[in-house]
Amino acid sequence: MSIASVRPGLPLAAVNPVAKVAATVPLSIVLILTLDVVSASVAIVCELLVFSLIGLGGLLWSPRTLPVWIAAPLTGISMVLYGSPSGEVLWDFGVIHVTEGSVQIGVATTVRVIAIALPAVVLFLTIDPTDLADGLAQTLKLPARFVLGALAALRLVGSAVDDWRTLNLARRARGIGDTGMIRRTLGQAFSLLVLSIRRGGILATAMEARGFGAEGARTWARPAHFGGTEWIVIGVGCLTAAFSATVAVLTGSWNVIWS
Amino acid sequence: MAGGESIVRTGASAITARGWGWRHAGRRAPAVQGLDLDIRAGERVLLLGASGAGKSTLLHGIAGVLGGDEDGESIGELLVDGRRPSAGRGRSGLVLQDPDAQVVMARVGDDVAFGLENLAVPRDDIWPRVRRALAAVGLDLPLEHSTAELSGGQRQRLALAGVLAMRPGLILLDEPTANLDPEGVRDVRDAVAAVADETGATLVVIEHRVSVWLPVVDRVVVLDRAGSGGVLADGAPAEVLASRRTELLDGGVWLPDELPWQPPAPAHGASALLTGAALSIGRTPSLPVREHIQLTADAGRILAIAGPNGVGKSTLALTMAGLLPPLGGTLEASDALAAGLRPQPSKWRSRDLLARIGTVFQNPEHQFLTGSVRAELEVGPRALKLSERERRERVDELLTALRLEHLAGANPFTLSGGEKRRLSVATAIATRPRLLVLDEPTFGQDATTWRELAKLLVGLRDDGVGIVAVTHDEAFVEAVADRRFDLGDALPAHASTPAGEGAA
Repeated sequence: MSIASVRPGLPLAAVNPVAKVAATVPLSIVLILTLDVVSASVAIVCELLVFSLIGLGGLLWSPRTLPVWIAAPLTGISMVLYGSPSGEVLWDFGVIHVTEGSVQIGVATTVRVIAIALPAVVLFLTIDPTDLADGLAQTLKLPARFVLGALAALRLVGSAVDDWRTLNLARRARGIGDTGMIRRTLGQAFSLLVLSIRRGGILATAMEARGFGAEGARTWARPAHFGGTEWIVIGVGCLTAAFSATVAVLTGSWNVIWS
Repeated sequence: MAGGESIVRTGASAITARGWGWRHAGRRAPAVQGLDLDIRAGERVLLLGASGAGKSTLLHGIAGVLGGDEDGESIGELLVDGRRPSAGRGRSGLVLQDPDAQVVMARVGDDVAFGLENLAVPRDDIWPRVRRALAAVGLDLPLEHSTAELSGGQRQRLALAGVLAMRPGLILLDEPTANLDPEGVRDVRDAVAAVADETGATLVVIEHRVSVWLPVVDRVVVLDRAGSGGVLADGAPAEVLASRRTELLDGGVWLPDELPWQPPAPAHGASALLTGAALSIGRTPSLPVREHIQLTADAGRILAIAGPNGVGKSTLALTMAGLLPPLGGTLEASDALAAGLRPQPSKWRSRDLLARIGTVFQNPEHQFLTGSVRAELEVGPRALKLSERERRERVDELLTALRLEHLAGANPFTLSGGEKRRLSVATAIATRPRLLVLDEPTFGQDATTWRELAKLLVGLRDDGVGIVAVTHDEAFVEAVADRRFDLGDALPAHASTPAGEGAA
């Protein structure tokens, strides 16, 4: 089985992954600088608009973004319960102080988590690991040995999942599947490690036998373009960040975290 | 050749070994020592020898992938075209036994291109060479095809294409067909033969089953046992096979038309142990891989489950072993097998399986739990709460019967392939199950291990144990199994089809 398989027909699938990752950086910086509801809400609206316009609306509402929608309110609730108290106290219970201030922080946190995580998840779903490796090595000039080694290791994750299932069945077959869950899981994890190292060793030999790791330069069969489209993608990312910040400043809700 | 249409490279490589040896780091005895060998450019050599004779070590040495000083110690001289093998990386192409572990990239085209990139071939030249290499091995797939979706035979042909695209002067194959079904074996063999004809590259192949490669090779080299140094026999295939028959048989080589052992007919009548009716099987509830299976496993009989790669044979074995629940239909144990429990094996407790159904997994390493062979054999009897005396008796008996006494203290993961297989069977029968389910018990084993396993299983059968074996091994189906069940639609469902070339 393979992980992170990408349907090549997706919009943005052909864009250099480095650009897609870079496009999310400005907004993340802006949203980390300020703690307010307006900037993040504006960012979310922009994201929904942009992704829908370029045809990624399907991914936006797919089950794969579900963790974002679940995790964000959870983070927010913990801020409501335990955030630094200010303003009128709404509810008091032991270490829990729900105040007007902490509710504001909680809401702001929730929308910020969504605004940062949503584009990351959606964009990452359009990234093929091979293309990412090409981009990292050719555009960012990261060392080829490191990038390709990591890419090959990623392919082994699928085998590890299959191995784990088989190890589980094998433990039942050996008569020790009824009790001692924790100890068994630890032993099983160790077996998985041994199997993975062995697989990795064979893969390393196979890669070496095909000239991997030899001295000197290597060529790349798939060119990693970095052109107009990539700059537009990064530009849209910058615009979203700038617009969110501007609206927040104009409405007076800009609230730098250290002030 | 003209027009760049051929995958021919300028020249085939020659190999010279002078007093060569290699000792793996952490081992006392060298895997190979004192080897003198000359392989001329363009020769096609079948490399034979008993398990542990150092065949793989030699092949890896020639490929230049044994590693440096921290991996082991090299003695003497081993040269490819007059240079150290590691200096000429890319001049030789190595294909290993395990089809899964050699795929580097996620897409077929990228995987073939990988070696060319490493050799710094210009991009414009890469893709034409990738296409030609894929055509040469008969892998007619789009370049974007996912490598995860290939069968074992296709993966081996992909590995071969990856090697061919590099235009090596030397093709090195380490049991490239050991894990393939008979059809995959022929596909890969024919692809190699076609490529060797076209390129004239030197070819060195390791394989226990001689008949597979006899049509392709023009020389047979037999390595002597480890440490004894050198070559036992060397020459034209027919000559070597005739003059060294005894040594080769002792060394576990499968000679053509030679069955290692012919078992007797069953001693007792059969009675049903486990019956599947309209059975659906699968690893995930929503995805049945096969449906409407009717089959019965009998006590005192060996049932072979055959069929090509990917039809769900292993899934059927795991289901019959009570490890996976049936997805539909029924699978019921007879009263003799259930012995007081309800008839569905998948609902039994893990401990209740032990004395009823034993399972031997395809990869023995999946089922090893402890740090020594003796402890491994004690796991089952201990879970059954047998007395210490009884445990000791059973374990000692198995150690002797399966020639594992000298390894009682060894770590199971450090055993050889044949020893691991024997141990995994021993652990399953230590609890004396009424039914034994095995997944590919004899595959990739040399003739000696094959004979031992066949004798052991036939002995259990005659003691009244029911045996179910999933297998690609035509020799096993023909000679050892009492009944054959074909899970694939592609194969005829009646008993005994002609043996494949990988067998007998």
